[in-house]
Amino acid sequence: MSGAEKIAVRVAEVTALNALVTRFRFEPVGGGLLPTFSGGAHTVVEMQDGEVKRLNPYSLMSDPFDQTAYTISVRRDDEGRGGSLFMHENVKVGDEMVISNPVNLFSLDLRARKHLMIAGGIGITPFLAQIKQLDRAHGNWELHYSCRSEALGSYVDYLTATHPNDVNVYYDDQKQAIDLENLLDGQPLGTHIYVCGPKGMINWVRAKADALGWPREAVHYEEFLAPQPGKPFEVKLAVSNKVIQVGEQESLLEAMERVGVDAPYLCRGGACGMCETRVIDYAGNFIHRDHWLEDDEHASGEKIMPCVSRFEGKTLVLDR
Amino acid sequence: MTLQFNDETFREDYSFHNSQRAINRFPFPFDKDSYMYAVNMEQHRGGPADSVYEKRFDVDEHYVSEMRDRALVLADDPLRCQSLPHMTLAGWDLLELIMVSKSEDYPDLFQLHRNGDQWHWINKPLGIDDTFTFMDETTLPYGPMEYITRQAQGDFCVLDQRDDNLWMDAGTVTTQADWSLDFDIGMNFFEWHAPVPLAHEKGIFVRALKFLLNIQQGAPARRLNWTMTVNPLLDTSPENYHKWGVQKGTITPENIGAKQHLRVELQTFYRLPRSNALVFPIRCYLCAFQDIVTMPKWGRRLHRVIRDLPEELATYKGFIDNRPMMLDYLSKFDDGLPTSNGIWPEKDSEPPLQV
Amino acid sequence: MSKFQFPPSIISRPVYGTLEARAGKQHLMIADAEGAEALLDLAAPELMARSHIIFISRGTDYAERLKALSPQQFYEGPTYAASVSRIRRVLQDAHMGLQVYLAGTEGLMGQAQNEAMQAGIPHTAIQTEHRGSTARRMQCVHCKGITEDVAIDPFQCAHCGLNLFVRDHYSRRLAAYQGVCIDAEDPGNVPAAKGIYE
Ligand code: HEM
Ligand code: FES
Repeated sequence: MSGAEKIAVRVAEVTALNALVTRFRFEPVGGGLLPTFSGGAHTVVEMQDGEVKRLNPYSLMSDPFDQTAYTISVRRDDEGRGGSLFMHENVKVGDEMVISNPVNLFSLDLRARKHLMIAGGIGITPFLAQIKQLDRAHGNWELHYSCRSEALGSYVDYLTATHPNDVNVYYDDQKQAIDLENLLDGQPLGTHIYVCGPKGMINWVRAKADALGWPREAVHYEEFLAPQPGKPFEVKLAVSNKVIQVGEQESLLEAMERVGVDAPYLCRGGACGMCETRVIDYAGNFIHRDHWLEDDEHASGEKIMPCVSRFEGKTLVLDR
Repeated sequence: MTLQFNDETFREDYSFHNSQRAINRFPFPFDKDSYMYAVNMEQHRGGPADSVYEKRFDVDEHYVSEMRDRALVLADDPLRCQSLPHMTLAGWDLLELIMVSKSEDYPDLFQLHRNGDQWHWINKPLGIDDTFTFMDETTLPYGPMEYITRQAQGDFCVLDQRDDNLWMDAGTVTTQADWSLDFDIGMNFFEWHAPVPLAHEKGIFVRALKFLLNIQQGAPARRLNWTMTVNPLLDTSPENYHKWGVQKGTITPENIGAKQHLRVELQTFYRLPRSNALVFPIRCYLCAFQDIVTMPKWGRRLHRVIRDLPEELATYKGFIDNRPMMLDYLSKFDDGLPTSNGIWPEKDSEPPLQV
Repeated sequence: MSKFQFPPSIISRPVYGTLEARAGKQHLMIADAEGAEALLDLAAPELMARSHIIFISRGTDYAERLKALSPQQFYEGPTYAASVSRIRRVLQDAHMGLQVYLAGTEGLMGQAQNEAMQAGIPHTAIQTEHRGSTARRMQCVHCKGITEDVAIDPFQCAHCGLNLFVRDHYSRRLAAYQGVCIDAEDPGNVPAAKGIYE
């Protein structure tokens, strides 16, 4: 979105962990080092699935300071948009792929006296990196990890072997459950909760913490804001007298630049207002993603910010 | 081109001066003939050759003397450099960013040799040759942020990112436009900007913050800001305002061209990888009015901008009392001809001053 | 006593509310002087049974009325400085979910809020209600000395003697407003002092 450079990687290992989860290890193409990152960060993996290009975010689970490789774990989702199936079925050792720079929407609050981590299923992955980061800084943490069964408990053996006193595992099929009320009661001031797992689990933890008087700022949860590829659409540029197609993986601004139309921009992130463009005519719906226009301007159908916003419908004519 | 470092002062006798090269590359902040606060941010990925945008951290002829001035300020008042305990990791991030950038961008001046955690840093202009263990504070003479910002021009604010806001939890600030790091430490984006007039109402800070929170690794951004300073004084701090405030009254029609400086801040924004913090380097460039007006376009434009600047801004920037004298001086360099868009001087194409 | 309405100001200036009982097992209430009235307004027997009141009387006689609320724990101290080690001790052993209520002067609330923040409670989760004196706690930006109970502007720094203009810019970390030399550009030209809100 804000134009960060992409990283070319080669798949170095593909390891099936259990019936649902497979781990991938990415090394930089052409040697060199990958950027370091902070525990909780994810990368967006680009997949060329035939005609379709898919972009899926996955938490980085390797040591944030290890610049030789990144690892991710992908849970197979038979119902989803297909990215995880593609990873499971098509990606092989030696393949080259493109991933984004690390982005962290689930970072540790480094002021915390204690980090209380609550994971459900594949939600364990960001914690693996955070634990490595905290261990290096001699941080105070505790993990409560709930999985369906022993067979599906990814990384349980590794975690309990390396941190027997700090890791607590609960198996659904053995009727074990986190005793949340007791767990939250009596935590020292300055404790922060981190929860990553199914939506239901996140809501459960947030509601319980709220009822017990925990401040909102002390409860962190992972929420993926994956860049959704938009549908292609057609635009008529009135001033330059061109009709262009905006592809699913490019912005309207990039499409204009591709055909040589000189469109102003600064931030390319929907914040600066520089690219604001007047709409001359339209029939359809705008997908406004900028932070610049006010709500009523979004509703008016008179303006669009081509660096981030898109359109769905029959006709769009711009003053460019 | 090898850089010649000036031997100059930013206090007492004010021997600071700009070479012709420095004037040519001065980041004149006005891209048109009027000025108002705006979310004027763009990507920071280089720029025209030899411009201040070209390198990630510009090193110029003032480098050695500016670092000497910083050392004096810090010796007087160690509170100008502070880092809350949770910001040490961000300090290491910053040290790495600056060392890597400078050694790649200026290999003849700076060298970094890394062998695992063992780092060897050579700063030739300042005569530093240190070996240390990365991430081990005990192997450096100062904390990592202080160590590296004593070797980098401009102020540095290191912002922790949490709760959808940025928090000024660390920084080295000795060349500031009249604000106090010691006072602002611990504030969030809206709080430390509280004294700025008009911009809150215009929604500038809400939008700017959203942009900053989304800055990604490998995608830095930049903007320019400006104010006015009498004498080339870098340390216009509130702490010392009772000492330098009187200097504002020393300009006269005779000395204003030499004494009155346009002060421009090149502000950049980088995501720091290990800490997820954001660093905000604020690089200050000073240029005397008499040097600015050697560029016909800049002379014309500066007159118009200062003349039409809203009173609130002139008051906030602290030159409302001196504005009439500035306009008397600058009007001599404005012949009413149109100016071209953009900040560059366009010396070859812009017509000379018509008298 | 009617509550003082502070005029609208810049964003860094704290805004105070009205205390309300919140969910939680432990409640810590810190008040000075007329701040006691806010606690009296808040009091309900169930809440008091789980509350620790720290009251800094500053020469007022609210203590008996507060004690009559039968809080779980009650302490009366003469000044903030005399009470701060006790406040720290209480916070040291407290658990997440602790609710903090502050009432009284800006100086008291600012300093107690700072202790609670240091202990790990975000400032947004700490309730405040202003009562009593509107005097400010002020830091001289030049010498860094802090002066309590500044009611006039400009005022002379109690530490370095400079004449200071009283700004609305406020630092939570210092629990203080900023004082800046008022006659730096024109030494000796100091306007007559008047009340900050006059
Ligand atoms: C995160 C990085 C930033 C930091 C640390 C920062 C810090 C500051 C500080 C300390 C001041 C002085 C306030 C005072 O009077 O006490 C200031 C002024 C100001 N800032 Fe920022 N700022 C940042 C980013 C931005 C951005 C992104 C914008 C707008 C797009 C912005 C716009 C302004 C403006 C307009 C002023 C007034 C300057 C003048 O008129 O001289 N700042 N900033
Ligand atoms: S380029 Fe900044 S809003 Fe589009």
